Amino acid sequence: MSNDNLSTTKVREPLVRIAKRTQSSVLRSWTIRLVALFLALVTNALFIYFVTGLDPISVYVTMWEGTFKSQFNFFTTLRDTAMLLCIGIALAPAFKMKFWNIGGEGQVLMGALATALCMIYLCNYLPNWALILVMFVASVVAGAFWGFIPAYFKAKYNTNETLFTLMMNYIAINLVDSLTNIWRGAKSSMGTINQATQAGWLPKLFGYRFSINIMIVAALAILIYIYLKYTKHGYEIAVIGESENTARYVGINVRKTIIRTMILSGAICGIAGFITVAGKNMTLSINTAGGYGFTAIIVAWLAKFNTGFMALISFLLIFLEKGATQIASAYSSLNDYASAIVTGVILFFILGSEFFINYRLIFRKGSSKGGESK
Amino acid sequence: MYCLIQQKTLKEKVVINLEELEKRDIAVKMRDITKRFGSIVANDKCWLNIYRGEVLALLGENGSGKTTLMNMLSGIYFPDEGQIFVDGKEVSIRSPKDAMALGIGMIHQHFKLVDVLTATENIILGLDEPGKLDLKAASEKIREICDLYGFEVNPDQKIYDMSVSQKQTVEIVKVLYRGADILILDEPTAVLTPQEADRLFVVLRNMRDAGKAVVIITHKLHEVMDVSDRVAVLRKGAFVGDMITKQTTIPEMTNMMVGRPVTLNIPRKKMDNVSPRLEVRNLTVKDSEGIEKLHDVSFTANAGEILGIAGISGCGQKELLEAIAGLQKVESGTIDYLDDDGFADHLVGKTPLEIADLGVTLSFVPEDRLGMGLVGSMDLTNNMMLRSFRKGKSIFTDRKTPRELATTVVDELEVVTPGITTPVRKLSGGNVQKVLVGREIAEAPTVLLTAYAVRGLDINSSYMIYDLLNKQKESGVAVVYVGEDLDVLVELCDRILILCSGYVNGIVDGTAITKEEIGLMMTHLNQKGESDEQ
Repeated sequence: MSNDNLSTTKVREPLVRIAKRTQSSVLRSWTIRLVALFLALVTNALFIYFVTGLDPISVYVTMWEGTFKSQFNFFTTLRDTAMLLCIGIALAPAFKMKFWNIGGEGQVLMGALATALCMIYLCNYLPNWALILVMFVASVVAGAFWGFIPAYFKAKYNTNETLFTLMMNYIAINLVDSLTNIWRGAKSSMGTINQATQAGWLPKLFGYRFSINIMIVAALAILIYIYLKYTKHGYEIAVIGESENTARYVGINVRKTIIRTMILSGAICGIAGFITVAGKNMTLSINTAGGYGFTAIIVAWLAKFNTGFMALISFLLIFLEKGATQIASAYSSLNDYASAIVTGVILFFILGSEFFINYRLIFRKGSSKGGESK
Repeated sequence: MYCLIQQKTLKEKVVINLEELEKRDIAVKMRDITKRFGSIVANDKCWLNIYRGEVLALLGENGSGKTTLMNMLSGIYFPDEGQIFVDGKEVSIRSPKDAMALGIGMIHQHFKLVDVLTATENIILGLDEPGKLDLKAASEKIREICDLYGFEVNPDQKIYDMSVSQKQTVEIVKVLYRGADILILDEPTAVLTPQEADRLFVVLRNMRDAGKAVVIITHKLHEVMDVSDRVAVLRKGAFVGDMITKQTTIPEMTNMMVGRPVTLNIPRKKMDNVSPRLEVRNLTVKDSEGIEKLHDVSFTANAGEILGIAGISGCGQKELLEAIAGLQKVESGTIDYLDDDGFADHLVGKTPLEIADLGVTLSFVPEDRLGMGLVGSMDLTNNMMLRSFRKGKSIFTDRKTPRELATTVVDELEVVTPGITTPVRKLSGGNVQKVLVGREIAEAPTVLLTAYAVRGLDINSSYMIYDLLNKQKESGVAVVYVGEDLDVLVELCDRILILCSGYVNGIVDGTAITKEEIGLMMTHLNQKGESDEQ
């Protein structure tokens, strides 16, 4: 038996195998991302050229101009990025704890509602700086309260926080809807609050009112980064998120931490409501949060709760949003739907590239690097 | 050329009866199999022959590549290099389905059964047979298989009604039903009592006599001697050699596995300063569904002593330790911690934090290492921090001390890890356990609770853990050792408490009892217990 012929017919190896990469160098990761972006642009170019007959390059230029045409465009992009990022960093601690806070939208609205309430009812009693301070505190309290309710029930009765926070959104939306209906009276909309006195409006800085928004969010981003990474609270959140059993085992008070973290999460959402009303819209409607409460979930997840990445992803999403609006208005043949496809393709490729960063493909003949040859 | 003994020093001792093997059919040949996971080489040009009509025991330390090698045979992984021959023909096994088509079936450590379905339903689940679903015919066929090999299983019983050993039987029958004639069992006895294990061995021998090839992966060398015909040893991912079981001894196998001579005895020093440390009186515990898990349990754990706790898995061991640690709600009874002056602290109703605040350093190595004792995705430093992060008034965590502790543990306990920033999940079972035990001992406990401290660990790591426990005992710690290997329990423990469905079925002197007696006590409640239960 020892004269077995070992080299018999060639067996078939699977065509492609997937293996997890053990380490990804920064350089390779970014190369893959850039290649993905390039491929996305090529795919979009084909779509634009064959479906609409437009020149892809000029469409891209228009898209770029959505953010970079003027200083104003750029700063509005930053403003909206800040808003989205603010909700993202609010959700991050809850998500890291595996508490699925889908209620960002509602928490933002409650913060906005509290802000507007103060602006409307307290504007005649307080000096402007005190009014703004009270508005800020009120928004924090309102958001925190909206975060506290589902957390309390989760901690006490183990209710499903996903459904609970989701439902809380609708309560918030309807609250805002009914109150704005009362305030506007016979008018078609609320209009700008305190138009004449500008009471409770954030002061202009560097020519823009929302400069303060951006600064507040930047400060929050740094604080939350430190909070999650270096504090005992942050460590407790991480342990609970990974294993509640381990948390109990080492004596972490799981209920207390859930409630505390959701109060924090809601409070920051409240701040997002505050800056939107006081620094951007000067009015209140059910669209004040603008769906960012949901988009922020994507932001927090994609960045794996790293605030730096969250800022990048927020910017990318807003950039695409602005670009889509820009091309939809500039070209009659590129309507909202077509521009949504263009931005969708770009997002798809960029998100898809993460797969090639984390895994490599091994083809049948030898083991070639699969990442770049997407 | 069957037996490539790479270790020259052992060469003379290991004699394979070539004639005996010549008569058997070769079922599987694995040649130069290499498998890498990133930078880690799990198998390095590994060889293996599997014959029909034999029970092959595959031996090796943790991380020696046994399971990986078998996973490649059963289609879970695909080798990076090398060839696999089944019945002399080179094959490519790309999925468990391919493996099944070649008659290769693997029974994993963790069962993959649907609880709410019956045995029959589970067995035919996923089979793509043409025609109408005929459960009756399937049951019939299952009965035939059971009769043939001596399995005891009721095809119509639901899985949730079954004991662990019955579930395992279903897994084996599932594989046989699909026509496997090469069976691989990954640590099949880890969850069985000695009696159940013996029954399994009978079945394995029957299968062997029916001409099937049976491979078992195990760490228990007594079982290897009991059941296997041949032993193949892997070390560091490579094939080291094989021997006929009858012609070898346990020390020889161990030396071959470890690659150097190892002494295999557990010293049991009698301590002089034995004093009561933990007093449990009339403890009754119910689980979340209201089922009584512990009934009127009373015992004392002494400082300077190892108290063993024996019992079939799920007899209340987990609840007992968790109740002491403050993680399990107690219905009635008391748990008192006695300090050196005889002053008692009541632990019942206190959280782990409150217990620690009493000044009681109670360390606990839970059964579920990665689900409770450690956080799998965190690195060594962060896991060391679990116990210490609260220290100090700062709102920030101190990472320096845990980092030093991690380095110390890695050095002193010989933890094999790329570094202290590696997530513990990526370490092998033995190393995970060393990290956990290392951290718990570093707290300088007065009571050390351990649940299945050596489960899944190889010989070398196991003895290292026994050694650590003995050192703790000698320094005056009250050690509670929940174990499953009865050979070890009778060697290591000063006293042994036997749990039987939540009842204390006796507390015996470890020096004066045999494992058979314990095995019997584990399964048969004594008079008092029975009358209580009714």
